[in-house]
Amino acid sequence: MIVELGHFALVLALGVSLVQMAVPAIGAHRREAPLMRVAEPAALLQFALVALAFAALTYAFVVSDFSVKLVYDNSHSAKPLIYKVSGVWGNHEGSMVLWVLILALFGALVALFGNNLPDTLRARVLAVQASIAVAFLLFILFTSNPFLRLDPAPFEGQGLNPILQDRALAFHPPWLYAGYVGFSMTFSFAVAALIEGRVDASWARWVRPWTLAAWLSLTIGIAMGSWWAYYTLGWGGFWFWDPVENASLMPWIAGTALLHSAIVAEKRGALKSWTILLAILAFSLSLLGTFLVRSGVLTSVHAFAVDPARGSFILGILIVFVGGSLALYAWRAPMLKTGGLFAPLSRESALLMNNMLLSAAVASVFVGTLYPLLLDGLTGMKITVGPPFFNYTFVPIFVPLLCLVPLGPLLGWKRADVKAAAERLLAAAGLALVACLATFAVAHDGPWLAPFGMALAVWLVAGAASEIAWRIKLFSTPLAESLGRARRLPRAAWGTALAHGGLGIAVAGIVGVTAWRAELITSLAPGESAEIAGYTLTLEQVGLRDGPNYEATVGVVRVARDGRELGTLLPEKRRFPAERQEKTEAAIRTNGFADLYVVLGERAGDGKWVLRAYHNNLAPWIWIGGAIMALGGAMSLMDRRLRVGAPTGARARLAPAPAE
Amino acid sequence: MTRKQRRAAFIVVALGILGLAVGLVLYAMSDSIVYFYSPSDVVERGVEPGERIRLGGLVEQDSLQDLGDATVRFNVTDFVETFTVTYRGVLPDLFREGQGVITEGAFDEAGGFTADNVLAKHDEYYMPPEVADALKKSGNWQGEGAEKSHSETYGQGSYP
Repeated sequence: MIVELGHFALVLALGVSLVQMAVPAIGAHRREAPLMRVAEPAALLQFALVALAFAALTYAFVVSDFSVKLVYDNSHSAKPLIYKVSGVWGNHEGSMVLWVLILALFGALVALFGNNLPDTLRARVLAVQASIAVAFLLFILFTSNPFLRLDPAPFEGQGLNPILQDRALAFHPPWLYAGYVGFSMTFSFAVAALIEGRVDASWARWVRPWTLAAWLSLTIGIAMGSWWAYYTLGWGGFWFWDPVENASLMPWIAGTALLHSAIVAEKRGALKSWTILLAILAFSLSLLGTFLVRSGVLTSVHAFAVDPARGSFILGILIVFVGGSLALYAWRAPMLKTGGLFAPLSRESALLMNNMLLSAAVASVFVGTLYPLLLDGLTGMKITVGPPFFNYTFVPIFVPLLCLVPLGPLLGWKRADVKAAAERLLAAAGLALVACLATFAVAHDGPWLAPFGMALAVWLVAGAASEIAWRIKLFSTPLAESLGRARRLPRAAWGTALAHGGLGIAVAGIVGVTAWRAELITSLAPGESAEIAGYTLTLEQVGLRDGPNYEATVGVVRVARDGRELGTLLPEKRRFPAERQEKTEAAIRTNGFADLYVVLGERAGDGKWVLRAYHNNLAPWIWIGGAIMALGGAMSLMDRRLRVGAPTGARARLAPAPAE
Repeated sequence: MTRKQRRAAFIVVALGILGLAVGLVLYAMSDSIVYFYSPSDVVERGVEPGERIRLGGLVEQDSLQDLGDATVRFNVTDFVETFTVTYRGVLPDLFREGQGVITEGAFDEAGGFTADNVLAKHDEYYMPPEVADALKKSGNWQGEGAEKSHSETYGQGSYP
């Protein structure tokens, strides 16, 4: 009954979305307020209905109602509750419902807090947002209905792919989707602005927080996915340049570019049509990611759906939205008034440079991801574009960008004094040089590029610190005044510094893992030892352990260094009887600077066990850096000027705009 | 600078970056792409020793041997041609005899294939699409099951 209610709610949501798509748009066109005002209640109702459908589906999973085909296929009564819940989106149909739920939530937020938007803009934004909802609700109802019943109902479900039964992975999809769908909001704003034929400051003020929120969610989602891959796949790598990973990286890079160009659009009124184009591209890449991952074009853990009807449906959605919005852009963008002249050496130019390099980076990932698919489709030739391709393309484009990052925030708007900005970075440059030489002295056996990588990382962190130091006049005024300035500094400035500094920490982690990783593959009988990076690993014994819905073979590995005992590591191989699959759980010991990573392999013929171990220098910093970047995004989002619906008092308007 | 000159400067920079990106992509394309070969492809088209390729097919039944020191040897076949692969390391969870596998590495002068990466990922019924196509080409494609999605074939006894 509850399940049928959910299905019914989803159908109703489609009806409401159809109204929300058509009526406010007509109202905005005819300037009829009563028609435009339909948008807000419709958006709220749509959200309520989709939430009801999602709740019904969650209920079916929690109570293990195996008469629902989706629950039967993806759940098992013995599964821990957390994975029963995450099983809702651990499959194709449920994940699409989650997608639409987040879409409807964002629409509802605009309806609730959008009072300060011009009426026609708000009506159009909600209409565009509803059109996306219509497309995806049709997709769900016609090709991927999650509420199908089975008759007779089976007694037990088939379980969830064990690889998805993991704490980080359980919450990776919601974050990723919040990011993807967050860009739908900026897309709706961009399309609405094109229809309006006008982009004003209030438009840009609205687009920025949405971009920030989407970027922040996507950062967290990608970081979680990469962390999961690191400790689960047993190879000790953090990024595999797998097409599925690239599918999420592309909107992230485009979103990063959008984040920066939206600053120019808001503060200076320049780069407006470029910002609109980026908003369209960021969402297009999100849709492309959904298409790649959901269509079965790529076979992987993500490709639940290998039904050609679904692939063609999503491809249709992709073509309509991307093609339609780009056509609209080509037609309307020339009518947008451009404003805000700036000199070639200015903050605007620096942000434009950032955008050009980021766009080139997206393009290189795009080619590397789609070229193999295209080649296969056209010629049947199978190729793999792996890490070497991206090392040759993505990295050389990204490194100059990273070099410029600390300079950007120190440049003035319109016309910058580059000499003064460079002087402020002297200390950071000195530290980077010291880091380079120190790395070279300590680790001269690593690749020759590694010291430069570490210098780049220090340059980013010290550059971010220099920016704050300059803004609060550290050392040039009494300390008390500096502290006062630090307190008054807009949160957005702290956010920028945190995000840029976090980037530097992540770079250090990436360089550390890539340049100085030690690897050990050996087979040990219980009692035998092996050495890696100064640590002695002793396989004490191998035993069995029962988990809630699996049984595990556990290796007890004693770790010692220079004769000092450091404890034991317990790598596992888990067997899931319900799913009839195995899953490796690496054991990781971290001290914040390096990870000791141990994987238990197969039992060899002579009673020995294969053991694989890595010593990954600076590995934790990759995710610490990612977390700091996300924190920076959150800080910026909390900035008063960006707070959705926050009144902008006269004082705020009169005060000289604090630079980012 | 006039407005026009300024615009020209930006366009030159943009084209420069675009050119750089295109150049890098073309260079990387020529140098760092790994081709997929089925065992039959290797015989038909020939592979230079030392050239990095992906060799994929089914793991031949009863061919897995343990050579000690964490090294294993197994045969990869498409039922027409068969090659022996040597691999040192931990085999992936879903590696099974009779199942699809992709190995990445190179042939040595003697014709043996040494892999440094073995992929058999994510799903018991996951057949790497390259392998499925290769088997179809060699006329040895057997199971529909291998092509169906995870959810449809999960647990062998399919639900009525």
